[in-house]
Amino acid sequence: MSSELQSIEETRAGLERAGYLADESTALVSFLAGQLGKPVLVEGPAGVGKTELAKALARATGRKLVRLQCYEGLDEAKALYEWNYRKQLLRIQVEASDAGWQEVRDDIFGEEFLLPRPLLSAISESEPVVLLIDEIDKTDQEFEAMLLEVLSDFQVSIPELGVVEATTHPLVLLTSNNSRELTEALKRRCLYLWLDYPALERELEIVRLHAPDLGDEVARKLVEVVHMVRGLDLKKPPSIAESIDWARALLLLGAEDVDQETLKQTMSVIVKHRTDLDLVAERVGVKLTDGLVGSKPAG
Amino acid sequence: MASSDPSRPASAGLYGRIPPAPGPAGMAARLLELADELRGEGMAVGTSELMDAFAALGHVSWTGREDFFEALAATLAKSQDDRRVLEVVFDRFFFRAAEREAVERGVREGPGREGGDADAAELDFESLRERIRDTLRDANAPEGQLRDLARLAIAAFGRQGEGSGVIGVDVQRIRRTLGLRGEQAGAELPEPDAVPRERLREFEQLVRRELERALIERTEALPPAKPLHELDRALPTGPAQDLAAVHRVVAQLRRRLATQGRENRGRSRSSAIDVRRTMRASLQTGGVPLDLKYRPKRPRRPELLVLCDVSTSVTSASVFFLSVLHTLHDSFRKLRSFVFVERISEVTEVFERERSFEAVSRAIAGDAGVADISGYTDYGRVWLEFLDKVVDDLDPRSTVIVLGDARTNGREPHAAAFGLISERAGRTFWMNPEPKLYWNYGDSVMQVYEPYCTGVFECWTTKQLEGFVNAIADLRPVRTGA
Repeated sequence: MSSELQSIEETRAGLERAGYLADESTALVSFLAGQLGKPVLVEGPAGVGKTELAKALARATGRKLVRLQCYEGLDEAKALYEWNYRKQLLRIQVEASDAGWQEVRDDIFGEEFLLPRPLLSAISESEPVVLLIDEIDKTDQEFEAMLLEVLSDFQVSIPELGVVEATTHPLVLLTSNNSRELTEALKRRCLYLWLDYPALERELEIVRLHAPDLGDEVARKLVEVVHMVRGLDLKKPPSIAESIDWARALLLLGAEDVDQETLKQTMSVIVKHRTDLDLVAERVGVKLTDGLVGSKPAG
Repeated sequence: MASSDPSRPASAGLYGRIPPAPGPAGMAARLLELADELRGEGMAVGTSELMDAFAALGHVSWTGREDFFEALAATLAKSQDDRRVLEVVFDRFFFRAAEREAVERGVREGPGREGGDADAAELDFESLRERIRDTLRDANAPEGQLRDLARLAIAAFGRQGEGSGVIGVDVQRIRRTLGLRGEQAGAELPEPDAVPRERLREFEQLVRRELERALIERTEALPPAKPLHELDRALPTGPAQDLAAVHRVVAQLRRRLATQGRENRGRSRSSAIDVRRTMRASLQTGGVPLDLKYRPKRPRRPELLVLCDVSTSVTSASVFFLSVLHTLHDSFRKLRSFVFVERISEVTEVFERERSFEAVSRAIAGDAGVADISGYTDYGRVWLEFLDKVVDDLDPRSTVIVLGDARTNGREPHAAAFGLISERAGRTFWMNPEPKLYWNYGDSVMQVYEPYCTGVFECWTTKQLEGFVNAIADLRPVRTGA
C-alpha cells in the first residue's frame, strides 16, 4: 500500500513537489487509486499530461516506474513473458548426452529461462511500483482481454510454471487517446479520469513552474496566445508540453514581449502543420498587432 | 397549469413516499436510485461499478459537493459522454431530492423571498441589466451572487406579468428582456453587449432552477422527471454553426479510421505468409519455423463519389456531411463531391480550398452553379447527368454515396439510370437526412431507389454519421438493404 498518499491534499502536494500541478479530480482519482487498489484509465487529447501524471506519481511515491508502451501487434510475448528459446536450446545441447529427458524438461521451464516482460516484472517486483500502460487504444482487443487478469487479480498464469501472484500492489495507470472504444470489461475494472487542456490560470502556473525565469507578463501573454490558438480550427492544437517549450524558447531568445514579430519567428514551436501555421499567423498575428491580447498594446 | 390547490396534502409528491432516512443506509438507497436514473439514460452502471462507488465514497468527505461528485464520476462514468450525462442527472436528482424533502416537511422560503422582492422593487430594469452583465463578465463572481441576480431578474420580470407558465419559454424571455447575448465564437471584435457564452449558460441554468423551485413551492408537487434530450447530439442545422467544433468531433472519427484494420486481425487474419519475417523469426528457434508471420492486412481505402442534394430542405445536412468527408479525405484514396438541385455540379475543389463552413456554403450557393435554378430537386435528371459525367470513372472499387431526401417534386425518378450507376459502382449507399418515419410519404420515392443500394441509412445525428462512416470503411458488417 502506498503509505505516502493518505489524503487528497497530500496527494496533491506530493504531485506538486514532483512537478505536476494536479486539479481537483486528478488528485482525487490518484488518491482513490492508491486507496482502492484499482487501475486508473486516463483519457484526453494528446499532450495534456497523461503520461506525465504516471511519472509524477512515481516520483511522488518514490516508486519505480515500469512502462509498457503499446503499439499495433503487441502480444503477450512482449508484454508478459517469453521463454528464452536460445538458452533453452543451449541447455538441451549441453545436457543431451548424459542427463535424462525428464530432468531436462523440468529444468528448462524454470524461472531461469523465463524472460519477464514489463507486466510480469511489475507484479513480481519486491518493492511496489507504478505501472504505466501507455496508449492502450493502440493494441487490439485480444490484448485487452489478456490484461484483465493482470489488472483485476494482479496475477499472471504461465501454463508451464503456474500462477505468479503479485507480492506487492502496483499502482496502475492506463492511458488512451480514444482512437477506438475500449471494451466494457476493461473499463469496468478501472477508475476513469478525463484530462483536458487546463484553464488559463492553471496553465500559467504550469508554465511558471517549468520556466520560472520568464517574466510574469510575457508568461501570461504566452498562455493567452496558446489558448487562442487552441480555439482555432487546427489540425493539431498545441499541447501543454509545447507551451512549456515555447516559454523556454522565448527565454533563450530573451524575448521581452509576445508581439507579432516574435510570434512569427517562434510559432513553429507550438504549431506543427503548414496549413495551421498560415491560419495562426493570419488570425492571432492580427490580434497581437491590434493590442487585443494581454494587458498592454503590443508592437 | 395545476397552479394552486392549497387543500392538497403537502406530502403528495409524484414520487410516492420513500421515507427520508439520513445516514449511511439512506444514502445507499439514494445512490441506487441515482444509478437507476443513470441506467434510464443509457449508461451502463453495473453492480461492480456501484461497489466501487461505495468504496470510493468511503475515502472522501461527504460535505464537499466537488469531492463527492468526482468520486462518483471516477467510478460510474467511463467516458466523456457518460460524465456529461452524470453531471446533468446528478444535479437534477439531488435538486429534486432536496425539493421533495422540503415539500414533505412543509418548509417554505418565507421572509427571504420577500426581502428579495423588496430589493427588486428598488431596482429598475436598466441597472439590473448592468449588474447582471458585469457579474457575468467577472469570472471570479461567486455562484451565490449570480443566483441572487437570477432571482431578482425573475421577480422584476414577474411584475411585468408575462409569465407563460412554460419554464423553458420563460427563461428565454427573461434573457431577451435583459438583452443578454452570448459572444460569437471567432468574432474579430469584442461586442459591447455580449457576455461569455459559458457564463450565460450558467445564468440561464440558475434562472431555470429558480423558476422550477418557485413552481414546486406553488404547486407543492414535483413535476415528472423528463428524460434528457437527444438534441445535443443532433447534427448542426444552421450554417452559422462553428465548424471548429464539428472538426473536433470528426478528428476522433479520423483517428479511428486511420487505425482501422486492427479489428480485422486475430481470427480473420489474412492468410498470406510473410516468408522473410517467418525465416527471420525461425532463427530464434534454431531454424525451425515455429512462429508463422503473416502479411498485415491493408485497410481498405475506398474511392468515394459523393452526391449531395443541396435544395433548401437538406442544405445544411449536405454541406455538413461534405465537409466531414473532406476532413476525412486522407482515409480515402479518391474523393469527388458533387452537389445538385435540379442539375449537378462538381465541388471537389471548393472543399480543398476553403476551410470554414460559411465560406463553403457561400461558394456552393454562388460559384458552383446550382443557384440559378428553380430550387426544385429533379433526381431523375441528376442521375442522367451524373452518368454522363463519371461513367468512365465508375468501377467496382468505387463507392457512390447519395445524400438526399429522395423527394422528386413529382418528377420522373429514372430509377433505371440509378440502377445503372449502382451496377457499375462497387457499392452504393443512400443517406437520408429525414427520420425513417417520413420516408415514402408525400413525394418521397425512397422505395424506388432502395433496392439498388448496398445500404440505406438515416443520418441526422453525429452518432448515425459515425455509424455510417464505419460502415463505408468496412469496420463493421454492412446492413444490406437490397
